[in-house]
Amino acid sequence: MAEPETTKPKPRPIVRLGTLLISHSVLVSVVCCVAGVLALLLLPILAKNTYISENALMPGSASPMLSNQDVSDANRLVNDLSELSSRSNDAGIVQRLIGRYISDLGGEVGYHQFYPDSSRFHPLHLFSVPDTGIVQENINCSCHGISVTGIVRAPRGDGKEAIVLVTPYNYINAGLADHLSLGIAYSVFSLLSQVTWLAKDIVWLIADSQCGEYASVAAWLRDYHSPTFSGFRANNSHTCDVITTHHDVKENVAKDMSSRDSFIRAGTMAAALVVKVVDRNEPFEDSLGVYAEASNGQMPNLDLINIVNYLGVHRQGLRVKVRKLFSLLDTKWVSFLAEVLESLGSIARRLNPQWNFGIHAADYVDGTATLFGSLYHQALGVPTGPHGAFRDYQVDAVTLEFSPRHYSISKGRTKDFILRGGRLIEGVIRSVNNLLEKFHQSFFLYLLTSPSKFVSVGVYMIAFALLVAPLPVAAASLYAEANCLDTSLDDAKSFSPPAATINELVISERSWRWIKAVKKVLIVHLWGTTVSLLPYFISQTPSLTPITKLAVWGLFSVVCLLFPYFLLGSPFAGVSGTEEYKHEWALLKSATISAAFIGLGLMSVINFATAEFGALLMVPMCLMVQPLKLDLRARTLKNLARAAINLVLAIVGFPPATYYILKRTFGSFDSINIEDFWWWVESLWSWNSATYLFLGMVHLPCWLLCVQILLHS
Amino acid sequence: MAFLSILVSALLLLLPSRGSSAVAAAAAFASGSAAIGEGGAGEEDFSEALLLKPLPDRKVLAHFHFETGAPETPSYGRHHRLFPKSIAQLVKKFHIQEMELSFTQGRWNYESWGGFEPIASSNAKPPGVELWAVFDVPPDDVDASWKNLTHSLSGLFCASINFLESSTAYAAPEWSFRPGPGSLRYGTLPREAVCTENLTPWLKLLPCRDKAGISSLMDRPSIYRGFYHSQRLRLRSVKTSSDGTHSSIILEQTLTVVLHPNIQKTSTVNYGENKLQPSWSMSSLFGRKIGGTCLLAKSSNVYLQLDWDLVRELKHLQNGNQELGVESIMEESFLSNPAFVLSDEPDKVINEVNSRSEGSSAILYEFSVRKHSDLGPFDLGFTWKTPIVWSCPQLPLRVSRFLMGSGNERGAIAISLRSTRVREGLTNAQAMGESCKLDVNVFQVVPWYIKVYFHTMKVFVDGKPIAVSDIIEKIHVSPSEDKVSPGVLEMILKLPCSVDSAGFTLEFDKGFLHIDEYPPDANQGFDIPPAVITFPNFHVKMHFGEDNSSKQSAVLSRFEDNIPVRSYTEVLLVPLTTPDFSMPYNVITITCTVFALYFGSLLNVLRRRVNEEERFLKSKDKRSSPLSRLRSKLSTKLGGKPVVTSQSSARSSSFISLKLILKIILVAGIAIAWQYFSE
Repeated sequence: MAEPETTKPKPRPIVRLGTLLISHSVLVSVVCCVAGVLALLLLPILAKNTYISENALMPGSASPMLSNQDVSDANRLVNDLSELSSRSNDAGIVQRLIGRYISDLGGEVGYHQFYPDSSRFHPLHLFSVPDTGIVQENINCSCHGISVTGIVRAPRGDGKEAIVLVTPYNYINAGLADHLSLGIAYSVFSLLSQVTWLAKDIVWLIADSQCGEYASVAAWLRDYHSPTFSGFRANNSHTCDVITTHHDVKENVAKDMSSRDSFIRAGTMAAALVVKVVDRNEPFEDSLGVYAEASNGQMPNLDLINIVNYLGVHRQGLRVKVRKLFSLLDTKWVSFLAEVLESLGSIARRLNPQWNFGIHAADYVDGTATLFGSLYHQALGVPTGPHGAFRDYQVDAVTLEFSPRHYSISKGRTKDFILRGGRLIEGVIRSVNNLLEKFHQSFFLYLLTSPSKFVSVGVYMIAFALLVAPLPVAAASLYAEANCLDTSLDDAKSFSPPAATINELVISERSWRWIKAVKKVLIVHLWGTTVSLLPYFISQTPSLTPITKLAVWGLFSVVCLLFPYFLLGSPFAGVSGTEEYKHEWALLKSATISAAFIGLGLMSVINFATAEFGALLMVPMCLMVQPLKLDLRARTLKNLARAAINLVLAIVGFPPATYYILKRTFGSFDSINIEDFWWWVESLWSWNSATYLFLGMVHLPCWLLCVQILLHS
Repeated sequence: MAFLSILVSALLLLLPSRGSSAVAAAAAFASGSAAIGEGGAGEEDFSEALLLKPLPDRKVLAHFHFETGAPETPSYGRHHRLFPKSIAQLVKKFHIQEMELSFTQGRWNYESWGGFEPIASSNAKPPGVELWAVFDVPPDDVDASWKNLTHSLSGLFCASINFLESSTAYAAPEWSFRPGPGSLRYGTLPREAVCTENLTPWLKLLPCRDKAGISSLMDRPSIYRGFYHSQRLRLRSVKTSSDGTHSSIILEQTLTVVLHPNIQKTSTVNYGENKLQPSWSMSSLFGRKIGGTCLLAKSSNVYLQLDWDLVRELKHLQNGNQELGVESIMEESFLSNPAFVLSDEPDKVINEVNSRSEGSSAILYEFSVRKHSDLGPFDLGFTWKTPIVWSCPQLPLRVSRFLMGSGNERGAIAISLRSTRVREGLTNAQAMGESCKLDVNVFQVVPWYIKVYFHTMKVFVDGKPIAVSDIIEKIHVSPSEDKVSPGVLEMILKLPCSVDSAGFTLEFDKGFLHIDEYPPDANQGFDIPPAVITFPNFHVKMHFGEDNSSKQSAVLSRFEDNIPVRSYTEVLLVPLTTPDFSMPYNVITITCTVFALYFGSLLNVLRRRVNEEERFLKSKDKRSSPLSRLRSKLSTKLGGKPVVTSQSSARSSSFISLKLILKIILVAGIAIAWQYFSE
């Protein structure tokens, strides 16, 4: 940072502004952090109503064409499936039944058999698109699925584009809800096989969810986009020799089906809809859950959610829901905040009727819960449904989860439910079909505070920017302070040694002192990288319980940490004098803060929500940290309080501790096991979440450095 | 500008043609029908035909065929009796040897509508516009002729064919598209929309337009409601004299539509495989009937074609009920057929002689329009009595093309060929010979912004990678040049006859376009024109016995042409990186900011002389205001600190900031108060 030269009489305004900020770093930090947290909490108020940005979509402009005929056909399929599933457990019969239904409609039928990818951590392939090379060695033989695909070709279209409809379905063990999801999709499919207005082909994928909903869709997409010509099947059977005996029957069915050209394809995908029905026994009305988060917090275009919401609410009268953090709904502080904001809003409105930023307390609480739910799911970086697989191929997709009330799917009522669901899907498909270009008009970076309200990137960036802004200021201030102390020290010293050359030497040595701190920060970050790579090797060794794995991981991490200590000596070994020591920790803190700033900045580009949560944890920890010894020595109330806060922050900032604390406050209260953390971490890396890398390479090293500063002696 | 040129050329070319056809019509009425019979070698002649064919997937194919011939006769001079003058002028002016222009909407379904037959080979066209032409000019002038031709055609047919003028849009295939040397140019516009505005000028070339004869069936809503619609115009000019001044021209106009007989929904989905095919008639298909012939037509026939596989099924059916003889289907008195009923009795039954296998061959029923429309409008009806399932003659290999990869950076084009296993007879026959090879001729044009790396070609046969040199007999590649010419790939693959599946991939990088090169709706993506796959070993050719039926009918003589089996692959859509067109403001702002920063700092550095400035500041500091000097003195006295020449920046700035904050608060307070009281 530009340290103001004392010899320079009047520095330029921008430098003066910088020095002003730096000299008041404490004030700046406190104000900015508080403002950042406040801005985050104000987001539900700042949310705007959603609107259909792309005019070509025209949702709901055509009256739905889905007739009772289609619905009763679909209902017959549902009944057939229920009957079949009650009778036998053979997946092949079900697949053939569905195939026959599709071909009777005039659609093309294909069967896609696959072995899903085993979830394995590939540290070097984190952000790369799945490549056929790595895919092949990555095949999980324990599960073998066959998905049925149906395609309706647009009668007058040119077949360049396609809309994908996905219904995950467990062919062996399916309930009424699963049959109903097939029924809804079938009713739409049978309508679309007759209409003349189609411009894009319709692909209906009935994904075999025995191996997981996501895995089957991902496998299908992988084969769609990067098929292997060179004996994929042969290779598969080779690698999966061991378990073929078990799947003999199924293989025969598969061979029977795939005798013809089994993988059918259409053009470039324009959008995808995943349709699911869950039987949650909704008490009052049929509702529709919209899930949109894909891997690493990527979202589909807002217009897609808008269409679903518009048609669901205004045409079909469904209650559209977005996932929220339910535990926030009945927390005291949120409701208190909501009441404060409501009264503030009413006061403002009394002052000037045009200041209309008031919001009802209930709305605010709801908005906050939804916002934090949205942030949480984006921050995890784990897709919330099969739609996540599409985002990896730049296809906009959402999962629509219908949850009917009990009355709707009781005997004889299924037709109404299928009609409603089918009309919604038909409307969405018709809208997307209207679209000439791919989705590009509306937002891709947004947070939802309710299905019809959103916060765009321009607004929610402010909260993060305010949180992060004090970091460079504090770092510069610490650095400047350390150097200032040096100068005063040197001035004090330089009275005795007369020679100016020594002084110069001291200066040159002093100006390079930061390099030691930076070196240490670098080493700790390297350690962080090693720690985040360790699970890869640990998971290679089979037959270990999660707790042992966790223990081995911790042990190895500590060993890795001790290694540089022995190699390079104790970090503060060379330091003895109190003054030196003072700069030492100040410089180290400065370097830590800079590293945290860089890490958070990078992460905000990759996954904003992770960076936001990371900033909430790390910024106070990094800014507050000070050696305990100093505070304890001072023994004033202020210092003791600071020491206590530092300790609390350091404990909260340790990733496993954070996990358990969050789990206890927000999650289930029963049975929190130690091994849960391992499972959580494993799920993060198996989904290739950047959050895992953030934790390992930014958060953990910064925490360690902070702890080191705290324990500085 | 392009639009203006279209208008002008349309006016120039359409006006004379209208005059000429009016003259022709008048002449025809004067001479009556007497002139038609005597269409000798020296006469211009016109013939019309409609071929109807039930398709296996419950649809009906209608193929209109109009042919006008203009032998070179010096007697008329520049005038023609029947032949459209605009076309004759085109041929004369641009020295066209051969030309084909097609407008297509929808996709030809090779699996259920057939691929190995004359109509599919010559009338299944890629979506949009396809144009190719062979010129009889020196090689240097070919491009100029092509460019002029595209402009003339775009005026004639109200289509943006003039976009084929740009050298990035057309290619010059050497041998793969059509055998035989020639100055051929080929171009496609996959995104061109086809509608009545293109059909009307096409109909104007007919002597009777759509007022009389078979073309009166062309009810616009019903023909555009179909699943496939392809209107085609083909020109051939043959030099009759050695000096090249005289030539005869044959103009062939076809319209191929695939229609669904009943638009209303079928009642319920039957589970049985045997479902009765929908019955149809001309009036149910087109909503019109044929009122009479075009008086100028030499022949005017309606044909009903039954595929050989259908004929075989019918024979099986007949063998089932023995009381009807096997021959009854061949005979003309078969209205008591067990499978279907025809509303009118055919005038003639034409058998295809060259049977493929199992002794069955296609059958054509001929109905003369003149004879059938004597008593009233002719309305051919076809009613099924028994459900029959049959299949169409398939291509030797089913071809599909698709894109691989995702993202905006790179990808790959893959063409996969799969055996259809319909050509057993042929495979068996050739299995005797040791080295049975199946030739596949691939012709692919790729726009320049899809930068194909031809060296990355990988070929797989039956799932095994094969060295490219082992399988390619002949290859010709002309790489694309940025913004100048498209990439062209022509090659002949030699596959073993027993091949089950084959495929090859070509990797490409996606290029960047200049901002003004993006077409409208650029976010949709960019089209890769379809690849043309030809099978030189296989020819579609039908033989119709010795009787001269084919001599009289133009459409049958076209069926007897020896043309190789050809198929087109799908159009592909490649998403390219597109700039955010809706935000020019942001671009301008960012650019301006960058420029301002750059030039500002540059000027600052150039202008400033550090030492001088410091000296100046020092001198100024000495002459600082008395107030500040007083203040500094005061502060030293109060604080008891030594005088610092420059105040500690922190101090001064905190002072300033306090003042500043006070000021801001004051202003804000005034503003709020004003706002509140002004209400």
